Amino acid sequence: MSKQINNVTELAASNTGLDKCRHDFPALAQSINEHPLVYLDSAASAQQPQSVIDKVAAYQRHDHANVHRGVHTLSVRATEAYEGARDMVQKFINAGSRSEVVYTSGTTESINLVAQSFCRPKLSPGDRILITHLEHHSNIVPWQLVCEQTGAELVVAPINEAGEVDIETLFKQLESGAKMLAIAHVSNALGTLIPLRQVIEKAHSCNVPVLVDGAQAVPHMPVDVQHLDCDFFAFSGHKMFGPTGIGVLYGKEKLLDAMPPYKGGGDMILEVHFTGTTYNDLPYKFEAGTPNISGAVGLGAAVDYLQAVGMDAVSCYEHELLQYMTKEIGKIDGLRLIGTAADKASVQSFLLDDIHPHDIGTILDHEGVAIRTGHHCAMPVMDYYGISGTARASLALYNNRDDVDRLVSALATAKEIFGK
Amino acid sequence: MNSPMHSQDDLRDLYRELILDHARSPRHFGKLEGATHSAEGINPLCGDKLKMYFSIDDGGTIKDAKFEGSGCAISVASASLLTDTVIGMTSDVALDFFAVLVARLSGRSDNAEMPAADVDLGKLTALEGVKEFPSRVKCATLAWHALNSAIHREAEPATTE
Repeated sequence: MSKQINNVTELAASNTGLDKCRHDFPALAQSINEHPLVYLDSAASAQQPQSVIDKVAAYQRHDHANVHRGVHTLSVRATEAYEGARDMVQKFINAGSRSEVVYTSGTTESINLVAQSFCRPKLSPGDRILITHLEHHSNIVPWQLVCEQTGAELVVAPINEAGEVDIETLFKQLESGAKMLAIAHVSNALGTLIPLRQVIEKAHSCNVPVLVDGAQAVPHMPVDVQHLDCDFFAFSGHKMFGPTGIGVLYGKEKLLDAMPPYKGGGDMILEVHFTGTTYNDLPYKFEAGTPNISGAVGLGAAVDYLQAVGMDAVSCYEHELLQYMTKEIGKIDGLRLIGTAADKASVQSFLLDDIHPHDIGTILDHEGVAIRTGHHCAMPVMDYYGISGTARASLALYNNRDDVDRLVSALATAKEIFGK
Repeated sequence: MNSPMHSQDDLRDLYRELILDHARSPRHFGKLEGATHSAEGINPLCGDKLKMYFSIDDGGTIKDAKFEGSGCAISVASASLLTDTVIGMTSDVALDFFAVLVARLSGRSDNAEMPAADVDLGKLTALEGVKEFPSRVKCATLAWHALNSAIHREAEPATTE
């Protein structure tokens, strides 16, 4: 992380940083309950820049047809747009080949695909799948399902009070053997940044393949899948300023090649006869049925947007802003920070006095401040802290210090209403 | 559909003093030993979880009611107000209150066919502040859905979904 934050002081000094980005997002230019919107829920779903909205609309208006099927002009245009976006994603995450970039409906489907197609055929009773205590439900339940189907065992690496994964225990668990390590890059509930390089190196030395849930990392920092050397990397379009319903599974080509298809249908085949079917090449083997073409086009536009801003700049800017937010809300009497890892990105969960997070959420919304409240699809994390939920403010490149100040002021209103 | 725009009054109306009082000091809180009827209410989105207990005699009168669990101010206050309200009622009347309250809070009270539309909700009207906050209606009705399940002896926890 340190190499990415060289320019923090420069960016922070002006408190403008990426401020101009805010104007690229039309949804942010509205008032909620007579207050200008402060959107601090990008970890749930990020807003889209005008360029993404325009690109999707232009595709729908001019270029739509089915892909990979027609010789007519529109089908060619649609195919070029769809495949062009794949090339952009490949460069964005530095995948070695475009065959390694599989479109899915999102992170959840990407993880299910790996659980069912990569792991399930290899699993026998007693085999172990390793995850951590801070995973999102979508990186827990697919593994529980495949364990139920095969008799394999789900093993969970513990976390500490700060919300950091206990690396020492994780390493011991890897040494004991596992058929897969599935781990978040950044925790959606706590913001913890996992030292992935170190973890993946250790996993590989124990012959354990690694799937990374990258949903909360891709919008906030440079991701280089070859540098990480992960075997699979899953992420979603809508958390990185693209549309919903589109996501990516990156997988190493030799692994994807050896895997059976996940779903059967059109586009994933070369030849179909009742005597047998020949599957299509990568990545199409995993893209059955007419895909989310406009979603892919929007994803490509989102990648374009992020590359123009520069992921190093995004990472620096958000790092400083997160520090500012944590410091400012930390000053509030009765506020308890949940998730205080040394390395964090973009997310801060908290509790305020004994006010239930949903009441905080309603009062903040009343002041135009949008946050997420509840268990954040990470109930085991809530169990660990012995709480039912938290309030969570999450940042993106379009937020600024004014947003944080508005959050602080709205939290003061919550305290006032509850008479604290 | 346009989302509602809230005024400062709406927020004070939602968190009016009676609600905050019941949220801070819930009445009849705890497990009811010897309950004849009980049911859980779970709001899967919020994580609110309440268990409602009732002691109903052979004549159908609710002799006692208690609840335990955790939730937001609205759901806890609503459960507390529920217990205050239904003790001494017959279960049929309590079910009328359930129907009327759910209809009023979710803005469906214009339906003339609704049973007992003339029910006077008494201090339960304090919950009407949620009408301006559609995402919170479920919080206010959770305990009442659990009451409905308990009286009908449904095995599954009640949800507001």
